[in-house]
Amino acid sequence: MSENEPSTTLDVRGLFCPIPIVKLTQEIKEHPTGSVIEVLATDPGTLADIPAWAKSSGNEVLDTKKEENVIKFLIKKIK
Amino acid sequence: MTEQKNKLLIVCSKGTLDMAFPPFMMATTAASMDWEVHLYFTFWGMDIITKNKSLKLSPVGNPSLPMPNILGMLPGMTAMATKMIKGKMKKTNMPTIEELIKMAKDMGVKFHACTPTMQLSGVKKEDLIPEVDDMMGAATFIELSKDATTTIFV
Repeated sequence: MSENEPSTTLDVRGLFCPIPIVKLTQEIKEHPTGSVIEVLATDPGTLADIPAWAKSSGNEVLDTKKEENVIKFLIKKIK
Repeated sequence: MTEQKNKLLIVCSKGTLDMAFPPFMMATTAASMDWEVHLYFTFWGMDIITKNKSLKLSPVGNPSLPMPNILGMLPGMTAMATKMIKGKMKKTNMPTIEELIKMAKDMGVKFHACTPTMQLSGVKKEDLIPEVDDMMGAATFIELSKDATTTIFV
């Protein structure tokens, strides 16, 4: 298993601001520092909002993939 | 030395449904981003934190609604506009104000009620929802805002 393999997937497809951010915050609390979480979203606002959230909350966006029907993020818990 | 947290203050002065949402969206988001958040409810905004108050959408003075303003004055129009927007919100999976209040509270957002408004409207502490942390006047609010990163008036 590679270092950045997600241990959990958070599905927030069909949900809009502020719910994806709120759910991500709740989810990440349950995991130890260094964990990687995959987020599946459909709200185009998350493309800007998740990086902004990461900057402010001190976490890291490892990867963002925009596919046809879903946006996939890989988030690493830093603190 | 511990790092000073960013701090967001929002004055919630309006009690219509459309004006109640933005403060809670910003509050829950800021709390998610590790900010300290305070909501100060004053004037009509107190309706948001008063028990048994059902917030409405007013079609009067609201040019964004698909009806002429003059019709908005007719009886039943406020109820109709409120029902319409609530239906749309449900369809797009938007949380209700009640859900946002609970969410904000769970995330540590502080709820402050304005004492002068309570005197003016005769609202008592026991009429307020249990999520309210305390009651305060302008001086406490100003003191609280002294080192706020951002203060917003809605």
